[in-house]
Amino acid sequence: MSRRSTIVTSLLLIASFVSSCFVLQRVEAAYPNSSLEDVLFISSPQFLKRASLGYSGLLADIYWMRVVQYFGTKHLRDSMQYKALAPLLDITTTLDPHLIVAYEWGSTFLQQPPPSGAGDEQAAVALVRKGIEHNPNNWHLYITLGFIQYQGMHDYLAAAKTFEEGSRVPNAHPALKAMAAKMLTDAGSLDTARFMWQSIYDQSTDKDIRRNAQLHLACLVVDQEVPELESIVDRFKTKFERNPTSWRELISAGALRGVPLDPTGQPYILRANGKVTVSDPKKLPFIHQGKPA
Amino acid sequence: MFHSRDMVALEILGLEKTYTVGFWRKTQKVGLKPFHLEVPAGEVFGFLGPNGAGKTTTLKLLMGLTFPTAGAARILGRDWRDPAVRSRIGFLPEQPYFYDYLTPTELLDYYGTLSGVSAADRRIRIPKLLERVGLAEHARVQLRKFSKGMLQRVGIAQAVLHEPEVVFLDEPMSGLDPVGRREIREFIQALNQEGKTVFFSTHILADAQALCHRVSVLNRGELRGVGVVAELLGKARKHFDVIWEGAAVIPKVEALGVSCHVAGDMIRATVEEAKLQDVLNNLRAPNARLISVNPVGGSLEEFFLERVAQTAEVRS
Amino acid sequence: MRRRVGAVAFNTFREAVRDRVLYNLILFALLLVACAPLISEISVGVQRVLLINLSLTAISIFGTVISIFVGISLVSKEIERKTLYPVLARPVGRGEFIVGKYFGLAGTLAVNTFAMTVGFYLVLLVIMRNVTAADANVLIAIYFLLLQFLVVIGLALLFSSFSSPLLSALFTLALFVAGSFAQDLRGFAESAHGVTRWFSWAASYVVPNVDRLNVITRVAHDEGISAALVGYNTVYALLYSCAAVSAATLIFSRRNLK
Repeated sequence: MSRRSTIVTSLLLIASFVSSCFVLQRVEAAYPNSSLEDVLFISSPQFLKRASLGYSGLLADIYWMRVVQYFGTKHLRDSMQYKALAPLLDITTTLDPHLIVAYEWGSTFLQQPPPSGAGDEQAAVALVRKGIEHNPNNWHLYITLGFIQYQGMHDYLAAAKTFEEGSRVPNAHPALKAMAAKMLTDAGSLDTARFMWQSIYDQSTDKDIRRNAQLHLACLVVDQEVPELESIVDRFKTKFERNPTSWRELISAGALRGVPLDPTGQPYILRANGKVTVSDPKKLPFIHQGKPA
Repeated sequence: MFHSRDMVALEILGLEKTYTVGFWRKTQKVGLKPFHLEVPAGEVFGFLGPNGAGKTTTLKLLMGLTFPTAGAARILGRDWRDPAVRSRIGFLPEQPYFYDYLTPTELLDYYGTLSGVSAADRRIRIPKLLERVGLAEHARVQLRKFSKGMLQRVGIAQAVLHEPEVVFLDEPMSGLDPVGRREIREFIQALNQEGKTVFFSTHILADAQALCHRVSVLNRGELRGVGVVAELLGKARKHFDVIWEGAAVIPKVEALGVSCHVAGDMIRATVEEAKLQDVLNNLRAPNARLISVNPVGGSLEEFFLERVAQTAEVRS
Repeated sequence: MRRRVGAVAFNTFREAVRDRVLYNLILFALLLVACAPLISEISVGVQRVLLINLSLTAISIFGTVISIFVGISLVSKEIERKTLYPVLARPVGRGEFIVGKYFGLAGTLAVNTFAMTVGFYLVLLVIMRNVTAADANVLIAIYFLLLQFLVVIGLALLFSSFSSPLLSALFTLALFVAGSFAQDLRGFAESAHGVTRWFSWAASYVVPNVDRLNVITRVAHDEGISAALVGYNTVYALLYSCAAVSAATLIFSRRNLK
């Protein structure tokens, strides 16, 4: 091949390949949003398991990646709907019933209210129960189930029972017994909540779950600090018969040592009406106190 | 087609081919050592060599099917890689394979299009050509049903279809019966009479002797010699085959240093030119009857064997 | 040049026909005919969906298999059988040869797909008793399948220009499967870090993104396909094939024939 032809053909190769990459992005953009069918490929988990000819493990992993990606994309867009999450998880766990992370992670994010999750408690509970059925000696799953019952459904009795069952599994984490006890005595308190989330953080290996637990713990800190700050403001009001205008006033009055920062590192905001709120509620989605009106 | 005597059809300028062999430890294997060769236009040139000498390698290099490690060639004055050259040369590969699901007419039509022969010319030439190579009856039979000899004829046809000025043939007589070989020989002579240059490789000396103006000998990748056939034949020692009846004269003939072979009543002796007269004199006896005297030998064999042997000596 | 490329293409098509590649149409017809009574048993609403899914999936599978297996033999068979010698000794460029082969096989698949499409519409007519405007949508899905074949042929040619028939088939098939999961590759890239991330991201562009060429389910449910998607997919398939064929030409031009 002459030198000239070689150069021309090489340029053609590079140009057409590079252009194809750019056009591909346009194709992605033009492709209609994945309908449920697209994301699932095939809706029937049983059929899929049989069709996968023994490679169900691999297929389960592929579906698992789709779950994570699906959730991630939706979450990024602050979506309020996660319709495909439950079916996807159902397929994944049918293909591989021992994929523990799918149960743990899946039910956590199924249960949480949007936009942090699908807000579907029924599905979450069903999923974990399925996990326990196939993996009766995995004590992590009892924590997950009990947690949903405690946190989401506020069914402390059921939660206590679950933790109790879990604690009887060989090699179970000792925290399970303590959790069961707390459910029966002190279920509604902040302390219990902190203990629960700390336990989740300690015993889980999944980074998303741990990050989620940390976030909850941070929100609990806010739930504790905001009432404390508001009571300081109240004492100021009682003393000076008006609301403080800024943190600096409180600092000069000796009530505070410095500008109070929330767990994300942002200063709390002192409102004119004496209420304390956080600057960026999006970063602390689980707080009950300090939410801007 | 006009050639000036001075025009050179083929120049091989130091073509060389080495192969790397082996997967882990690569070694070099020499296919062709660099050599120079010139073939003037209008000549029939015999590219001789034993099997495995590198004749097919040379032809594949010239046809652009493989690429040389070094060196170049010129065909009809142009670089051998020039696509324009290809429409002026014809090639018959060794043991050619053609698309067996095609008929010879379809094959020639396809090849003709690729060589740039116009549709009108193809319509005229193909039937004539098939007739000329004796395949007119099988013009519409699929090639998968052809014998080796028939395929060879198709090969010749496709090599000359586009009326090239130089024709390259790789072992054109291989696998043919005597009839087939004679036909090919006549075809080559006819091509040459039309003014075409013919370059063909063979290991059969008799064919080269009969057809070529000049020959070269290739052995183990090395060009060992080039010679003009007429001169070589002239230089070769001539012998005569003498056949007679009459066992009585055998001792006299053998006394001259000539060995005799008896087959029934006939006796045959191969006699050097120098001793011929003496032997014939002995056969004028009344108990001997001369049957025939035939010149034999005067062949390229010596030239060939010497050149091949030289290489062997050099190697040891 | 065009005449030579055309001659190679036509000869490739002729070879495919005489090699009885088109006999797969008989299998396809048998498949449809065998399933037709089954389909009539099912309730009317699902009939059409099932027929479309079945036919288009069959077209896709048959076509892809032909693209791969005939595609890889295009070059390797000729080298093995030395039928290439008298061809390349003529004024045919190596590139012209490859391009001619490409168009020849593409044409074969176009004819094949056309015949299957006709068959499909006939069965549709028989079962549904009438053809509506919505059925024209199916043509778009079939067109996308053709684009898919173009891409696969390009890849098959590329691999067969330098490796053995067996390896070529494996590589082409592997890339096709990877391309069907291209979206997941991209998702994987997003959740990965470092070298793995970069590698997956690059891979998602190198593999042929045939998953975006599959709109069978969508069409079965009568959902529309935007003109933009048709346009971009066409351009993508052409560009990708062009790249594959260019690469095949470059490699084949350097190849010493045995």
